[in-house]
Amino acid sequence: MATYSTNEFKSGLKIMLDGDPYAIVENEFVKPGKGQAFNRVKVRNLKTGRVIERTFKSGDTAEGADVVDVELQYLYNDGEYWHFMDPQSYEQITADAATVSDAAKWLKEEAICQVTLWNGVPLSVAPPNFVIMAIVETDPGVRGDTSGGGGKPATLETGAVVRVPLFVQNGEIIKVDTRTGEYVSRVKE
Amino acid sequence: MTAYHWRPSADLSVLRLRAELLAQIRAFFAARGVLEVETPALSAAAITDPHLASFKTCYSGPGSQHGRPLYLHTSPEFAMKRLLAAGSGCIYQIARVFRDGEAGSRHNPEFTLLEWYRVGFDHHRLMDEVAELVGMLLAGRLALAEPERLSYRQIFQHHLNLDPHRATVADLAACAETRNISIPTGMPPDDPDPWLDLLLTHCVEPRLGSGRLTFVHDYPASQAALARLRPDDPPVGERFELYINGIELANGFHELGDAVEQHRRFAQENAARRAAGLPIMPMDEHLLAALEFGLPDCAGVALGFDRLVMLATRKTSLAEVLAFPLDRA
Repeated sequence: MATYSTNEFKSGLKIMLDGDPYAIVENEFVKPGKGQAFNRVKVRNLKTGRVIERTFKSGDTAEGADVVDVELQYLYNDGEYWHFMDPQSYEQITADAATVSDAAKWLKEEAICQVTLWNGVPLSVAPPNFVIMAIVETDPGVRGDTSGGGGKPATLETGAVVRVPLFVQNGEIIKVDTRTGEYVSRVKE
Repeated sequence: MTAYHWRPSADLSVLRLRAELLAQIRAFFAARGVLEVETPALSAAAITDPHLASFKTCYSGPGSQHGRPLYLHTSPEFAMKRLLAAGSGCIYQIARVFRDGEAGSRHNPEFTLLEWYRVGFDHHRLMDEVAELVGMLLAGRLALAEPERLSYRQIFQHHLNLDPHRATVADLAACAETRNISIPTGMPPDDPDPWLDLLLTHCVEPRLGSGRLTFVHDYPASQAALARLRPDDPPVGERFELYINGIELANGFHELGDAVEQHRRFAQENAARRAAGLPIMPMDEHLLAALEFGLPDCAGVALGFDRLVMLATRKTSLAEVLAFPLDRA
């Protein structure tokens, strides 16, 4: 893997620190007029998501992290692992619960997900920004309510629970923004 | 390269303010009988300070068939001291200066320095004048309390509870650890200065000059640069820095006039360059000759004009006050 000088630091660059892969969030060059220059860097641990601050002497280097984002198709969950497939090579990759984390509730078979791989091993899984799913359970709504105000919880086919307007009924198909977990619209079959 | 990058990154109103502030500066010095001068940006010699990197270029033409190296100045200090030694009296210059390797929200590899020298002043009298000028330029633009003066020792005692002149590397490293600073690799085990800079940049500077002009003076002798040493216990460099709202705005000296001492510091800095694998810089022999001839007792200061405009306009990055910063140059 390449090494990067502090002069190459920018947000998004993936580097190794203490054996873990990190992404640079923020990079600030500080230098007293007559003294040592430093780069104060905020980095996010790609395994834990925790953001920490690191300082480098300007001109020093960090080892690059072999981290790539790939689009993989979600296949199935065998009860313990989530299985994904590269739609081009048909290569299969498995991820555990810790890696899939909150994405699990949005994963419907055949969904194309963005999977972050570190040395070929999944670090994190991001579901599609929008998913379309059926409601499997919600209280009967009030007829004629089209205001969208209020709302009620609805359980989706994957187990995710979202707030939907009162007029949305059991069995309907809806579109949800997975980044906010919010209902977007009804979807006609 | 994006499509709109041909445009200035600063508002035109900010560029108009730059012109107005420059006019005010010229009027300020004209009223005080300080002479405006111009000195070359290209020099055969360069600064030896290992923390400053000079751009190097080459002159070819009449008198130099095969080309000879020239360096873009990092400040007009050496040439202005030659004028002082030649009897110019008090002088100022508004100079575009160049520093390789420096880019960020508060750094651009070329920027404008206002530099001036006052014959017969010491650094404290010059601080008075800096406060007058900066106070005038920021009046009505940034509300400021009365200026304060603190020694380098005082700021470290106040913000970190340690004496920077006595602390060992172990003390400084322990202090950095208690402040949750991640220690960069390659910090020297025997030289306290980079450790002091680490603590200064991370814990002290951001808190200096909060809503006022804060002058920091009397630096460790090892950070005196071109300042005189005062034989206190321990000896200190008669150097000062000005901060406003955490931004370092100016650096001044009660100027060193001793040619032998100046030569010794140049040689020491070049030795430090060699040890760090940095290029050796040609010492300014003209400056050394001028010092040998005799520099009048004087104090001098360099003030970052672009940072001043940043404060006057309450902007947070130089890009907002420069027509075309590095990425649009």
